[in-house]
Amino acid sequence: MTHTIDFPVKVNLESCIADKGCTVCIDVCPLDVLAIDPATGKATMKYDECWYCLPCEKDCPTQAIRVDIPYLLR
Amino acid sequence: MTQVTTVDVLVIGGGTAGPMAAIKARQKNPNLKVMLLEKANVKRSGAISMGMDGLNNAVIPGYATPEQYVREITVANDGIVNQKTLFAYANNSYAMIEELDSWGVKFEKDENGDYAVRKVHHVGTYVLPMPEGHDVKKVLYRKLKQNRVIITNRLVATRILLDGEGKVAGALSFDCRSGEYNVIRAKAVILSTGAAGRLGLPASGYLFGTYENPTNAGDGYSMAYHAGAELSGIECFQINPLIKDYNGPACAYVTGPMGGYTANAKGERFIESDYWSGQMMQEFYEELAGGKGPVFLKVNHLAEETITNIETILHGNERPSRGRFHEGRGTDYRKDMVEMHISEIGLCSGHSASGVWVNERAETTVPGLYAAGDLACVPHNYMLGAFVYGRLAGESAAEYCAATQLGEVDEVQVEAERQRIFAPLAREHGLPPSQVEYKLRRLVNDYLQPPKVTKRMEIGLARFEEIRADIQNIVASNPHELMRAAEVRFILDCAEMAARASLFRTESRWGLYHQRQDYPEQVNDEWRVHVQVKKGADGRMTLFKRALEPYLVEPQEAEKFIYQHLRIRPETVPE
Ligand SMILES: Cc1cc2nc3c(=O)[nH]c(=O)nc-3n(C[C@H](O)[C@H](O)[C@H](O)COP(=O)(O)OP(=O)(O)OC[C@H]3O[C@@H](n4cnc5c(N)ncnc54)[C@H](O)[C@@H]3O)c2cc1C
Ligand code: SF4
Ligand code: SF4
Repeated sequence: MTHTIDFPVKVNLESCIADKGCTVCIDVCPLDVLAIDPATGKATMKYDECWYCLPCEKDCPTQAIRVDIPYLLR
Repeated sequence: MTQVTTVDVLVIGGGTAGPMAAIKARQKNPNLKVMLLEKANVKRSGAISMGMDGLNNAVIPGYATPEQYVREITVANDGIVNQKTLFAYANNSYAMIEELDSWGVKFEKDENGDYAVRKVHHVGTYVLPMPEGHDVKKVLYRKLKQNRVIITNRLVATRILLDGEGKVAGALSFDCRSGEYNVIRAKAVILSTGAAGRLGLPASGYLFGTYENPTNAGDGYSMAYHAGAELSGIECFQINPLIKDYNGPACAYVTGPMGGYTANAKGERFIESDYWSGQMMQEFYEELAGGKGPVFLKVNHLAEETITNIETILHGNERPSRGRFHEGRGTDYRKDMVEMHISEIGLCSGHSASGVWVNERAETTVPGLYAAGDLACVPHNYMLGAFVYGRLAGESAAEYCAATQLGEVDEVQVEAERQRIFAPLAREHGLPPSQVEYKLRRLVNDYLQPPKVTKRMEIGLARFEEIRADIQNIVASNPHELMRAAEVRFILDCAEMAARASLFRTESRWGLYHQRQDYPEQVNDEWRVHVQVKKGADGRMTLFKRALEPYLVEPQEAEKFIYQHLRIRPETVPE
């Protein structure tokens, strides 16, 4: 059985247009924690080092990102 | 591969002070090549990434005078200030607001179009709200482009380059994505890398759940130190009253003028004013730990309209994820008080006084090196101080360039730094940077968090030395982890400076910021001086006193009294 871990930054794979060349969220993140997932071609949270500051969510042209408060602070 | 670039002025850190410094250097002399080097991306980097709720320290004619402001900050910082640097801020504050306003930054105005300044401090009126302040970074970015500043993103600066005479020759850095090593030669370097925001470990245990933007690990403090610059007031820690666990401002500056306040568990006020100072934090700490604790932000007595307004500001600007945090815990401002706590310790002159020593021209003690913003020692400087000192640093650096030749690059230093930066990539096994950082910051909490105790800090120093050895074992598998490894070293330098400066000042001052259990009194005869930290000729950390410059304006007794009597006495609490 494989488990996936619940990261604070969630990307909606349907609406993310990274495969069309968008890298906005990856560009703006101050902590540089986002990257393209080679498996899906979409944006993903690569490092669990998020300041829950929201530029990624605010600047995404298709509202594909939702940032939750990291579990340890909730 | 090594990339070598040559410019006139190199600005390190593109948050708040940095963009202003770069713009002003270009405006001062349009022939200069000015580069803004940023670890993240200038579009959204630094403390004001998502905008700001207001100016905390605006000196606006009709509301406050520079003299009054300088007196108040002198008192708020317990007398340890260089008033010349405060005046350089205060005298230029209004012109900077006007300029930002003309660039398109939105400040609150009344029906006559005048700035709607509010009173939060104990004596003067200095808070200018920015309910629509989310576009500050956009405005700055536009100006950077207009002024043709060269922008490089995702470069992590690690060391200042010096020439044979000890003056600045540039800086060394690496790309946190490609791993490319970058040597930037420059006549002048401006440091504006923000606070040391990853010093203490937040109570949540989350490494990145800090008050400050965690990109700011204290990089500039460490770089200035290794370049031989003096740092000052490092023992005057930054500790803030925050929303528990969320670790963002609660924020009494926004809610105060609308009727909100800091309260104990009974919903009673216990401090006269919510302006952040060491004395205020002392009272906050005592209430938090006392029988009437913990401490809360209280707005649930306000009218629905006011609360909706507060929500719009606090959940839309500056730290907009706050609404989500409250939602998750079922906190509603209409019914509930918001639980508060004190932050982890940090170094930040924007909020307290710890920083790189600068004069009123933003010059450090190293020729060609300038500092501005949270990392430059100009007490209680906040965002507008970062802009004003950014301007001063940019203009001073531009002038300096006119009379300076490009310094020779020391190839030995360039090579030594390459070895040092990239070593974690070459190791086959060892410690992950996150674990070394976690342990280091946990030790900072255990041994440096006030109230300070001599023996505890001494043990802390010994444990930090062990971490220094562990750093030789850090492994990184990519440039991103290499960045985290470099940051651990910055944090360690800051931790050592914080411990040594705190041990050196054998008295208590600034309320909780420097409360020493075994030296509980303030000793003005001996300690009305600055404490300076500097790398000695032998490579060891040295500490010494620097005399205060004579005051230009003398604080009034009444003003001093107010700051020393912050606690509301029981009989004065309204029923
Ligand atoms: C949550 C919060 C709320 C605040 N609220 C207010 C307020 O309401 N009013 C107010 O007046 N002030 C407020 N402040 C303070 C104010 O924001 C700061 O004083 C000011 O923005 C500091 O500017 P700076 O340029 O020094 O730092 P920053 O704006 O943080 O910029 C530092 C920059 O340096 C970059 N950097 C760091 N290390 C390196 C490196 N090694 N190489 C290259 N680049 C690097 C960072 O990525 C960042 O972009 C607040 C601060 C915080 C954190
Ligand atoms: S900004 Fe939005 S659309 Fe673009 S890569 Fe990120 S998630 Fe995808
Ligand atoms: S919330 Fe901030 S730190 Fe987290 S992924 Fe988005 S931009 Fe990066």
